[in-house]
Amino acid sequence: MKHHLRNSIATLAMFSAMGSTALAEDIKIGMIVTLSGPPAALGQQIVDGFQLALDQKDGKLGGQSIELIVEDDELKPDVALLKATSLVERDGVDIVVGTVFSNMLQAIFKPIVQSETFLISPNAGPSTFAGRNCNPYFFAVSYQNNQNAEISGLVANEEGYENVFMMVPNYQAGRDNIEGFKQTFNGTVTDEVLTPLGHQDFSAELARMSTSGSDAAYIFMPGGMGVRLVKQFDNAGLSESMKFLSVFTTDETTLPGQKDAAVGMLSAGTWAPDMPNDANQAFVSAFEAKYDYVPGSYAMQAFETANLIDSAIAKTGGDMSDKDALRGAIKAAEFTSVRGNFAFNNNHYPIQDFHMTKVVKRDDGKFHTSFVRTIATDYADSFAQDCKM
Amino acid sequence: MSMTLFLILCLNGVQYGMLLFLIAAGLTLVFGVMGFINLAHGVQYMVGAYLAFFFVQLTGSFFLAVVLSLGAALIIGLLLEYFIFRHLYTRTHLDQVLATFGIIIFLNELAKVLFGPATLSLSPPELLSGSIQLTETLRYPVYRLVTIFIGLAVAVGLFFAVSYTRVGMLIRAGATTPEMVSALGVNIQQLFMIVFGVGAMLAGFAGVIAAPIFAVEPGMGDNILIVAFVVIIIGGVGSIGGAFVAALLVGLIDTLGRSLATMVLSAVFNPSFASQIGPALASMLIYILMAAILVFRPKGLLPAKGANA
Repeated sequence: MKHHLRNSIATLAMFSAMGSTALAEDIKIGMIVTLSGPPAALGQQIVDGFQLALDQKDGKLGGQSIELIVEDDELKPDVALLKATSLVERDGVDIVVGTVFSNMLQAIFKPIVQSETFLISPNAGPSTFAGRNCNPYFFAVSYQNNQNAEISGLVANEEGYENVFMMVPNYQAGRDNIEGFKQTFNGTVTDEVLTPLGHQDFSAELARMSTSGSDAAYIFMPGGMGVRLVKQFDNAGLSESMKFLSVFTTDETTLPGQKDAAVGMLSAGTWAPDMPNDANQAFVSAFEAKYDYVPGSYAMQAFETANLIDSAIAKTGGDMSDKDALRGAIKAAEFTSVRGNFAFNNNHYPIQDFHMTKVVKRDDGKFHTSFVRTIATDYADSFAQDCKM
Repeated sequence: MSMTLFLILCLNGVQYGMLLFLIAAGLTLVFGVMGFINLAHGVQYMVGAYLAFFFVQLTGSFFLAVVLSLGAALIIGLLLEYFIFRHLYTRTHLDQVLATFGIIIFLNELAKVLFGPATLSLSPPELLSGSIQLTETLRYPVYRLVTIFIGLAVAVGLFFAVSYTRVGMLIRAGATTPEMVSALGVNIQQLFMIVFGVGAMLAGFAGVIAAPIFAVEPGMGDNILIVAFVVIIIGGVGSIGGAFVAALLVGLIDTLGRSLATMVLSAVFNPSFASQIGPALASMLIYILMAAILVFRPKGLLPAKGANA
C-alpha cells in the first residue's frame, strides 16, 4: 500500500512537473511570408534574417524559448488568410510576423488583430493601416510604402533632374509610388508608363523612354521585372544618356541577376549593407558568414523585428498575457537598430532616416547597394496625423 | 510620335513575333498532328532557358551552350514523350491537360530546387552584345536583330521540311488521317515521337535565345504558353504557315498596342483616364483579335489543308 502510494505520489509529482513545463512553454511566433514562385527570394531573406537573430540568442528572445512557425502565403490572399487564421486559432501564437507584400498583409490583418494577437510587419507598410485605420495590435518595422517614393523625389531634386520619365507596374503599389514621387519632385514628369505585372519585354517602353527627352528615369520594378528592365536598359545603351533612379528595383535580391548592368544606379531607402555603424557591420558579416549572400533590406528588417521582439519580451519579463504592457514594450523600441535612429510614431510606423544609395561592385565580385548620403532625418509618414492612437 | 520610335516598335514586334513562332511551331504540330493538348510546352521554353544558363556556366561559351542546350532539350523532350505523353495519346483531353499540368508544376519546382527561386540572368555573347546607333539618343541591341534573323531562318527551314521532305509529307498526312497513314505501313508512333522531339527542341531553342533578353526564372513559360495558344488558334491549328503569320501579327499588335493604346486614348479621353484604361486595353488586344478572327474565320487564318479540327 505504502509502496503504491509512494509510486502514485511520484507519478503525481511527475505530472505536475510536466504541467509546469507546459505552463512555461515556449512563446510561439508565427511567420507568414511568400516562399513560392520568384518572389520567394524576398521571403527567404526574411526567414534567414529572423533566424539569424534567433540563433545569435540561442533560440531565445527576451530570455524566453521561442517556437517559430513559418508559413508560406503563396502570394495568394485566400491562402494567406487561411494560414493566418490557423496560426491564431489552432497554434495559438502570441505574435505574428508578416508579410512581404502589402496585399497579403491586407488579407491577414483583420483575423489577427481582432483576436488581439500582435501583428508585426517585417516589410509591407501599406497606407491603409497608417492613417485612420491604424490599430493598437499592428506594428510596421519597415517603413510606410509612400516614403521611399517621396524620398526619391527629393533625391531627384538634389541631383538636379529636370525631366523625369516614370515607369511602374500597373497595380496599387505602382500607382502609390508614382503619387509619392510627384508629391516631392519639383521638375517635370515627361511620361508615366504603367506595364502589366510580370512584364517581360521592356523594349517598347525603353524606346518611348529614349525619345521622351528625359534626363532621368524613376522606376519601381520589384523582383524579376527589375532584373529584366535593368539588363534591357543597359543593352539598349541608355545607361550612358540617362540616370536611373529607382526603389525596390536594384536591391540585394535582384543584383545577383543584374550584375554590372546596375552598377552606379541610384535608389532611396532606409539602409544599405555598408552603413557605417558597429551593429550593422556585425549583422552583415554574421549574415554573410551564415548564408553566403549579401543581405538585403528584407533580411535586415526581419533581423530588426526579432531584436524588437527580444527587447519587448525582456521588458515584460516573458509575460505575454498583459497586452497593454507588451504593446508599451514594443512601442518603446529599445533595441539597437542597425539603421541608427529608430522610433515608433503614434501610428506604430517607424520614424527613421532615409538615404540615397548607389549600386557598387565589391572586391570579391559581389554586388550591393552602398550608402551615399542622408536625404532626410527622423522622417515620419504623412498619414500619422489621421491616426487616433 | 516620331518615325524612329515607330520603327523600333515594329522591330520589337517582329522580334517578339519570331520568339512566339518558335514556341507556337512545335505546339501547333503537336496539337494539330497528334490532337494532343500539351500544356507543358511552355515549361519546355523555361527548360531551354535554364539549360542555356547551366551550359554557359559550365563551358563559358554561349555558342557551345546553344548547341548543348538544343541537344539536351531534344533528349528531355523525347524522354517526356517516351515515359509520359505516349501513354496519353488515346486518353481524353481532360487527362492530357491534368497530366501535362502536373509536369508544369513538377518542372517549375525542380527548377527552383536546382537553381533557387531568384531570377537569374545571362549576358548575350560578346560578339553580339553591342548596339546599333539608330538616332542620336537611340540604340538598338544587335542581339535582338540577330534573333529576328534566326527566327526567319527557322521558319524557312521548317516550311521546306514540312512541304518538301518525306517526313514533312507524312506529318501533313498524319495530321489529317492518322489511321490511313498507319494502314499504309508508316510507323505512326515513331512519327509522333519525331514531331514531339522537334517541337520540344524548338520551344527549348526559344528559351535559349530569350534567356539573354529577358531573364531566367521558374514559371517563365506559363504566361507565354497562353500567348502561344492564341497564336496557333489565330493561325489555324496544325499549320506552320498560319503559326508564322499569326505570331508576327500577335507580336506586332501586342508591342504596338502597349505603346499606342494610351497615346490614342488620350487623344479622345482625358490623360488620367487614358493612362488607367490604356495598359488594361493593351493587354486585352490580342484576345480581342483572336475573338474577332474566330468570328470570321473559325478555322484560323491559314488552316492546315483538310484539317478537321
